[in-house]
Amino acid sequence: MTSLAFDYRRPDSVDQALALLAEADPGTKVLAGGHSLLPIMKTRLAQPGRLIDIGHLGELRGVHRLGDGGLSIGALTTYSRLLANPAITVYGLLADVLPTIGDVQVRNRGTIGGAVAHVDPAADLPACLLALDAEVVVRSARGGRTIALTSFFEGAFNSVLLPDELITEIRLPAASGDYGSAYRAQEQPASGYALAGAAVVIGRSTGGGGRFDRAAIGITGVGECPYRASAVEQEFLSSGDPAAAAHATDGVLVASDIHADREYRTALIRVQVRRALEAAIERVG
Amino acid sequence: MAIDALGASIKRREDPRFITGAGNYIDDIKLPSMVHMAILRSPYAHANIRSVDVTAARAMPGVIDVIVGADVPYNPLPMVWPAGGSAGLRNNVNSPRILATDSVKWTGEGVAAVVAETPAQAFDALAAIVVDYEPLPAVVDAEKAVAPGAPQLHENAPNNVVFEWSVGDSAGTEAAIEAAEVVVRQRLVNQRLIPNPMETRGDIGWYNPGTEEYTLWMSSQTPHIQRLLVGIFTMGIPEHKLRCIAPDVGGAFGTKIFCYADYALVLLASKRIGGRPVKWIEGRRENYQSTIHGRDHITYLEIAGKRDGEITGLRVKTLANLGGRLSTIGPGIPTTLYARVLSGCYKIPNVYAEVTGVYTNTTFVDAYRGAGRPEATYVIERAMDLFAREIGMDRAEIRRRNFIAPDAFPYDNPSGLGTASGGAKIYIDSGNYEPALDKALAMVGYDDLDARKVEARLRGKYLGLGLSTYLEVCGVAPSKWIGAVGEGWGAAMWESSNIRVHLTGKVVLTMGTSPQGQGHETTYSQVISHELGVPVDDVIVQHSDTQGTPFGYGSYGSRTSSVGSTAAIKAAGKIREKARRYAAHMLEAAPEDIEIDGANYSVRGSPDKVKTLQEIAFALDLAFDAPVGMEPYLDETAYYDPTNCTWPFGTHIAIVEIDEETGHVDLVRYVAVDDVGNKINPMIVDGQLHGGIAQGVGQALWEGAVYDDQGQLLSGSLLDYALPRAAWLPSFELDETVTPSPVNPIGVKGVGEAGAIASTAAVSNAVVDALGPLGVRHLDMPYTPQTVWRAIQTAKGGQA
Ligand SMILES: Cc1cc2nc3c(=O)[nH]c(=O)nc-3n(C[C@H](O)[C@H](O)[C@H](O)COP(=O)(O)OP(=O)(O)OC[C@H]3O[C@@H](n4cnc5c(N)ncnc54)[C@H](O)[C@@H]3O)c2cc1C
Repeated sequence: MTSLAFDYRRPDSVDQALALLAEADPGTKVLAGGHSLLPIMKTRLAQPGRLIDIGHLGELRGVHRLGDGGLSIGALTTYSRLLANPAITVYGLLADVLPTIGDVQVRNRGTIGGAVAHVDPAADLPACLLALDAEVVVRSARGGRTIALTSFFEGAFNSVLLPDELITEIRLPAASGDYGSAYRAQEQPASGYALAGAAVVIGRSTGGGGRFDRAAIGITGVGECPYRASAVEQEFLSSGDPAAAAHATDGVLVASDIHADREYRTALIRVQVRRALEAAIERVG
Repeated sequence: MAIDALGASIKRREDPRFITGAGNYIDDIKLPSMVHMAILRSPYAHANIRSVDVTAARAMPGVIDVIVGADVPYNPLPMVWPAGGSAGLRNNVNSPRILATDSVKWTGEGVAAVVAETPAQAFDALAAIVVDYEPLPAVVDAEKAVAPGAPQLHENAPNNVVFEWSVGDSAGTEAAIEAAEVVVRQRLVNQRLIPNPMETRGDIGWYNPGTEEYTLWMSSQTPHIQRLLVGIFTMGIPEHKLRCIAPDVGGAFGTKIFCYADYALVLLASKRIGGRPVKWIEGRRENYQSTIHGRDHITYLEIAGKRDGEITGLRVKTLANLGGRLSTIGPGIPTTLYARVLSGCYKIPNVYAEVTGVYTNTTFVDAYRGAGRPEATYVIERAMDLFAREIGMDRAEIRRRNFIAPDAFPYDNPSGLGTASGGAKIYIDSGNYEPALDKALAMVGYDDLDARKVEARLRGKYLGLGLSTYLEVCGVAPSKWIGAVGEGWGAAMWESSNIRVHLTGKVVLTMGTSPQGQGHETTYSQVISHELGVPVDDVIVQHSDTQGTPFGYGSYGSRTSSVGSTAAIKAAGKIREKARRYAAHMLEAAPEDIEIDGANYSVRGSPDKVKTLQEIAFALDLAFDAPVGMEPYLDETAYYDPTNCTWPFGTHIAIVEIDEETGHVDLVRYVAVDDVGNKINPMIVDGQLHGGIAQGVGQALWEGAVYDDQGQLLSGSLLDYALPRAAWLPSFELDETVTPSPVNPIGVKGVGEAGAIASTAAVSNAVVDALGPLGVRHLDMPYTPQTVWRAIQTAKGGQA
């Protein structure tokens, strides 16, 4: 199919983009890599009246180190660019996840900002960013704010982002002490998205053995949007045992579809969380 | 002569244009003043249509015409293969109309069409058409559809039954089962598949108001047949007023054999708007609802025999889901092409099969790669494993024990092809099954299997091995058999070929067959290069245009290399004979004294007295020296009707590992030893096998159309319908045995479907073998992680 007709704008700067967004036309959508938005426009599930194409804005691209050792990832950074950046090697789970997202074309077009803004319930990267305690930096003509990713997602395809706001960057805090991370997922074989995926970051602030005092676990494909499995985190911090994965869906309404019903998905995510924990423990150092 | 091209793995001549974007597919064709059509499809699986209001749509920007069912002056689509035979012919055929008039029977049935200046305008206008539907209860499952109280689809088909058909010896099989030491029974589901050629369908219709002739560009496997089915059967237009052209076709897998409503619709639309060409391109989601599906059987099997492994009887009851209305040859697939080949490569004295064709509120079902034979192979190969397990016999051994012996050919299968009606009987003409089995077992290291299972358990995996010793029938078909109503489709299945050797010695081969990516332009050139002694590059192959090619039945059923090539070889023989006569004239010798070596025609005993084919063609074209009574030009046509089908066979072995915690199945090895007779181009044979194997593995592990109870297709796009990906498959290990087919001069059999026919059963048997230690005896496909996980939980007595 082809999409409905729409008005197309191509601002020259972030400020221009924000000015266009400030016109607050409810039918307006930002276009980044287009790999989530355009397919749903072609099937007419999405019918935006206006697209603001930001795909070419260099200001929003690139990865750089922050003063505190954290990482700033421009919203328009593609998966491929991120994967090629040496800075990410310390985040083992990013090296796990990025090569598994879509295919080469998807990774060359799909952007980090788009992945966060779209809030696909089964997207891979958001679970990893959750586990990394990422922050979302947004701007609008009214000003800017920084939102912890843990309070960014609101439900399927839904976030706290306001219609006039643009995501400009994603920030990852510095990695410190001994820590390890891993992403383990089983693909939904048709779409390649996660049927159930678990991102784990664990760490000890004091090196050289001892108890873990940090555990962050992001889960995708299971709930209505990616979430942190805090029950697993707490259990793991006290037991140090990957069996804590049994709590992966505590308090979550587990999704059910033709590929995985509630019961199977629940069993599957427990396995993935446990395996991700085991892999992360092995990588600690 | 240079190296013989026949049997050489030369690269495909058509590939450079296909892979550099220089191909010419339907959507590449842009004609002057062309306009675009979109089809409004029913959102309901079952509904009456109260009214269709197109007023608003007509007023939309760019809209030129809107067509509804009542505007179409044509017949419903032809259905040419009734099950007939023992079923008797019933007057309950319901085939699709060009556009639905009073009811819709599946989600996706066409209701109205918009013609507009651009595709986008046509789509936009679809949304403005108002259809008043009266929704009705739907049924999508064949077993539920024939149960009392089910929603009824058609007044002329009580209980939704299309036909009740049987083959074989009912009483004899009953007696064999009664008397047997062991009987094993199992219900099997062969799930519905969505074929997914890379290029969806599409067509361009053009009515020429000056000549009152129609031209139809179509993504089709059968342009000649469609000229009849669309023309005289549907629209009432005879052949000389309709030209059908299939340009490059991007895959088909059977789906493009058939007659579809859009063909007549684009022609009608072009006529209604005064002769502007009308293009329709099928979207992928649309393809899932408007192009045929495959398989969809529910089968109850009983296999009977002795404790020593001798099989004495096979009884099968199958419900075949044929969809909401019948496709062109829908009923022929689960009857003739399935039930008559159920016994595979085994000598089973008593076979009886009952098949019930069923209407349901689903997309129509017809031939999909293998067409009936994969379903049959699945039944018999699962049955052999079930029986072996029951009596505690080795699975390779039970197959060996029951193979038709190499000295038993021609083998007269008591329930086999040609036993229904007046048509000719078809024999299994050749075979030698054990060497392929032995070779495959050796390749896979069959004797080490138990050790590997133990090793896999240490890694938390269940390892399983599955065998499929398949027999396939292809190279369809002798017209005397396939033409018999009830047995076949009431029409012939010969092939045709024309060869012209032009003045320069270059050869134009014109065929009635019609490729969809198989590489015919390469393989035919190899055959003709061999026959006439000219380089492959000096041969051009033309096909797929009813203007300029002789009538042919098209390409499907792995028939082109056997039937088409033989027609070409016959035409080449005629060329050689005429060239011989003219060479004799030129060299002043008797025709009997001319010896032919490649392209050289010389006088026996005087090798220096020689003329080349090019010299002969040159002289015969200019013709000033032609002897009295000899026609100018080397231009010969031949028709070939085969005397039998061909019978490829082989052994495929799959090894899988199952993750006990997630149920994920990993295909870790795949060994295939195929006997497809002689090979024209071994590389192309391997390519066909690779693709076919992957497709069959797809059915076993991932693919399946899923409808909800209201008839909505839940697996409605590639986001939810999983196709195999290269990275999920191991490197296939291929080998061969060679038993040339006796029916054609080059001993080829056909390989287009073999991989898909064999591999599903091999993988299925491997998965069940892996789960065997848990007590699992059978599991229905596809083996998605969820299905396998649940089987493991159930077997372990878990909560599932
Ligand atoms: C074939 C295919 C396979 C795929 N496979 C996977 C997979 O395996 N796993 C996976 O996780 N994903 C997969 N994806 C999705 C892919 O990751 C998306 O491209 C990506 O998630 C979205 O990024 P984008 O730049 O393309 O966003 P777009 O499509 O341009 O936009 C998506 C949404 O985000 C909004 N948006 C984008 N950028 C911003 C911004 N800076 N500020 C505010 N709003 C913004 C848009 O308005 C839109 O609503 C696949 C996609 C395709 C086409």
